[in-house]
Amino acid sequence: MTEITEVPSPFCGIGTDDLAIRVDGLSLQVAANGCAVNTPGFEQPITDTSPRVGGQAVDLDTAVAKAAALLRDTKQPVIAGCATDVNGMRGLLALADKSGAVVDNVNFPAARRNLLALQDSGWMNTTLAELKNRCDVLLIVGTDLEAFAPRFFERYLWNEQSMFLDNTASRDVIYLGKAPSGDASTSPAGKTATVLTCADADLPDVVAVLAALIKKQPVLAQNVAGIAVTDLQAVADKLKTAQYGVILWGAAALAYDHAELTVQTICNIVKDINLQGTRCSGFPLGGREGDQTANQVCGWTTGYPARVNFARGYPEYDPFLYDSQAMLANGEADALIWVHAFNVNAKPPRTTLPTIVIGRSGMTFEKEPDVFIPVGTPGIDHAGHAYRLDNVVAIRLKKLRDSGLPSTAEVLHAIEQAL
Amino acid sequence: MLIKLTGGTVYDPASGIAGQQQDLFIQDGRIVDAPTDGRPVDQEYDLRGKVVMSGAIDMHTHIGGGKGNIARTLLPEDHRLDPVHRTPVTRSGNGHAMPSTYVAGYRYAEMGYTACFEPAVLPINARQAHMEMGDTPIVDKGGYVMLGSDDFLLRMLTAKKDQKAINDYVAWTLNAAKGIGIKVVNAGGINAFKFNQRKLDLDEKNSHYDVTPRQILQTLARAVKELGITHPLHVHGCNLGVPGNLETTLNTIQGIEGLPMHLTHIQFHSYGTEGDFKFSSGAAQIAEAINQNKNISADVGQILFGQTVTASGDNMRQHANHRFASPNKWVCMDIECDAGCGVVPFKYKDQNFVNALQWAIGLEIFLLVEDPWRIFLTTDHPNGAPFTSYPHLIRLLMDRSFRNDMLATIHPEAQKMTTLASIEREYSLSEIAIMTRAGAARIIGLKDRGALSPGNFADITVYTENADRQAMFTKPDYVFKDGELVVRDGQVVKVTWGTTHIVKPEYDLSIENELKPYFDKYLTMKLGNFKISDDEISEDGRGSLTAHPLRGAA
Repeated sequence: MTEITEVPSPFCGIGTDDLAIRVDGLSLQVAANGCAVNTPGFEQPITDTSPRVGGQAVDLDTAVAKAAALLRDTKQPVIAGCATDVNGMRGLLALADKSGAVVDNVNFPAARRNLLALQDSGWMNTTLAELKNRCDVLLIVGTDLEAFAPRFFERYLWNEQSMFLDNTASRDVIYLGKAPSGDASTSPAGKTATVLTCADADLPDVVAVLAALIKKQPVLAQNVAGIAVTDLQAVADKLKTAQYGVILWGAAALAYDHAELTVQTICNIVKDINLQGTRCSGFPLGGREGDQTANQVCGWTTGYPARVNFARGYPEYDPFLYDSQAMLANGEADALIWVHAFNVNAKPPRTTLPTIVIGRSGMTFEKEPDVFIPVGTPGIDHAGHAYRLDNVVAIRLKKLRDSGLPSTAEVLHAIEQAL
Repeated sequence: MLIKLTGGTVYDPASGIAGQQQDLFIQDGRIVDAPTDGRPVDQEYDLRGKVVMSGAIDMHTHIGGGKGNIARTLLPEDHRLDPVHRTPVTRSGNGHAMPSTYVAGYRYAEMGYTACFEPAVLPINARQAHMEMGDTPIVDKGGYVMLGSDDFLLRMLTAKKDQKAINDYVAWTLNAAKGIGIKVVNAGGINAFKFNQRKLDLDEKNSHYDVTPRQILQTLARAVKELGITHPLHVHGCNLGVPGNLETTLNTIQGIEGLPMHLTHIQFHSYGTEGDFKFSSGAAQIAEAINQNKNISADVGQILFGQTVTASGDNMRQHANHRFASPNKWVCMDIECDAGCGVVPFKYKDQNFVNALQWAIGLEIFLLVEDPWRIFLTTDHPNGAPFTSYPHLIRLLMDRSFRNDMLATIHPEAQKMTTLASIEREYSLSEIAIMTRAGAARIIGLKDRGALSPGNFADITVYTENADRQAMFTKPDYVFKDGELVVRDGQVVKVTWGTTHIVKPEYDLSIENELKPYFDKYLTMKLGNFKISDDEISEDGRGSLTAHPLRGAA
């Protein structure tokens, strides 16, 4: 048995890299700094070690040849999931380019809310180390932050020392919309978060009123969605008098129509505060299961985030049209490749089309795919790179054990070569 | 395989060759002497009547790192106008203002470029820069690692650490991030913006650290010199784009006290405040200062008219300029107690007075700086214009009548405010070869590149002589990269993968005794996970590292 320290997590998106992992053969145990997201991710046992074609165990070459044969005469394959590391995405995009496939990241419907806001008006954002050292007022919009990332508060808010705050425990935390699910947002000194709750569907109104107050526009209403306007005015005042306010949101939690407009309003609040002479930054949550990685690698390879179509011999981006779920449902696709190297529970969408699954060992299916190739998990079975939620930092994932499982990149490259 | 390039007209300023007809021989990727042992030539190219230069080198182009990817993501409409089809040898992608990485590599090679250097590698974002450059085919690459707004350096300066400790930190960072030089962007200004300072003059103190830009520049320029790094400190000065910043730039030149310094995109730092619009050309004074101070070199950052996107580490100035964003969307980021970035799309218009005068100022500087070994042809891609406009820029420099025809079309008040029409200089082919090849290799410290002498790597570009220099430089007949034919008639025919150029200055390992607790306490990544290992560059089988000697080393 060995213990490996300073292990970065590919699972949580916030880039924790202080885990200690005990390795005993193929078995992993999180010995330090685990959490509800990371520990199951690391400790998932290996079950499948060989690929299957039509439910029968075969060697890798046979599975690759079958996958290539299934793809060879397709007119519009889709490669969905896209949950892998940088090299996995490189391999995926090379295969998509050659086969004329649609590429669609599994978390794109949430990421789209941010991307539409970005591509319409832009934003001013920050990263984790700035937040850890500078943020004195944190406004959390519509999101249960500790459920998303259980260690967020411990690592980035209640850190013992910061470069520019005398006492991190005096930070102001404000929840707008959802209430926190636990006590992690209570500071070590016992200071509790301000919580102003409303229904998700009312967030656009609440955020719009806050935006108006920031811009000093007249607001006639006394309350909005059950929140007193005076309470929102207090939030606006806090942001405007902060040294370095941060407004955080999780796009996945904003699960209502046109949530991109809420994101845009949040981003405009940040810009307006900066225009009025105070520093403030936005902070979008994300980065779980490779979604930032998919968008980054697709970004530099094609110019677009990870919902593109190569059918015409060059990448075309449409954040709505190339939705793999809709394409499968509407009969617009003729084959499915599902790539998910992180999560055994992230299974391919139901379809009667030829299906190739390149997935984490242990994935089970309601309907056996035509080809299943179990792959290693980046950061466990092979080294790699993954993007953290703040999009700037790529973390170097470590290899922890010798499972003999191929990487996503190796499998996709082999299929591309065989095509 | 022995390849013979027969009878070309060679421009190789590093060897003192200016337009002589001669043969070149290539073997095993390198230029070799003419064989004397009777070995047969395996392949011959008849280059009689053609111009032969070494592969061009872009010493300042934003081709790798997160801000470029933000720019790409921000502008889908720009990509839609320039889709690039897959071919039997090349990948698909998109072009124009911020091309996808594959397309950037192909288009550079198709213009005869064989090496490109990313000038703003944030240490914390260096992995991304290398991964993007790793997906940029054919050309060699490298990066200048950004310091000067990182909190660790500013803490050291506040604590009055000695120069040796600074040198250790600089060398450690350069090794960890794998760069070939050190860059400063708006020294201390990116940091000051995080403390809500909205401008920072050369002698203005950071409100938290009590340190001035001048101190930062002097300290880092000294570190670069004392560590033996060939490339001088690469400086994006204070007050970019501000009318009157001419004075800041002249002060920066004087203030460096004779240490080697490279001033980048000098065009954006050469503005006066004269005239009805309170905006005038400082090109003559800037050029004169460069002529007088042999320790100074510069690249121009020429602007050319049309749509582009500015992508800079200087989020202080980018935030100030966001009101000129076209289309009206922009991004600023504060990054990891390390640096920042700002991405603002711009459309430079010939009928806009300021843009028109910016265009003229850049050309004035090109033409008034006398020594082509100390001035470099850049648009600061994509900031002044996309790199694909270089052939047009070369024609502007080489063809006075064309230049004056263009001048006659710009905003009339700008025409009145520039002396461009009276400047007679036309760049020669040798001078173009210096600024885009020999001089660039020399100032970056590239061994074995940028010259055609035996022993050098065979990065060679062949053009058909054409009085229309834009046409000539747009479409080389042949481009050889490390001795392999990669481009024929302006089209990629083979895809290779260049190397990554770095330097590895030595340092006292005990610097990690201070850095480790700093990382543990304040940053979000462990020190060991921050450092980029060699295998990260080479593990996919395409990339490699080439370490260059330091000054004074053998």
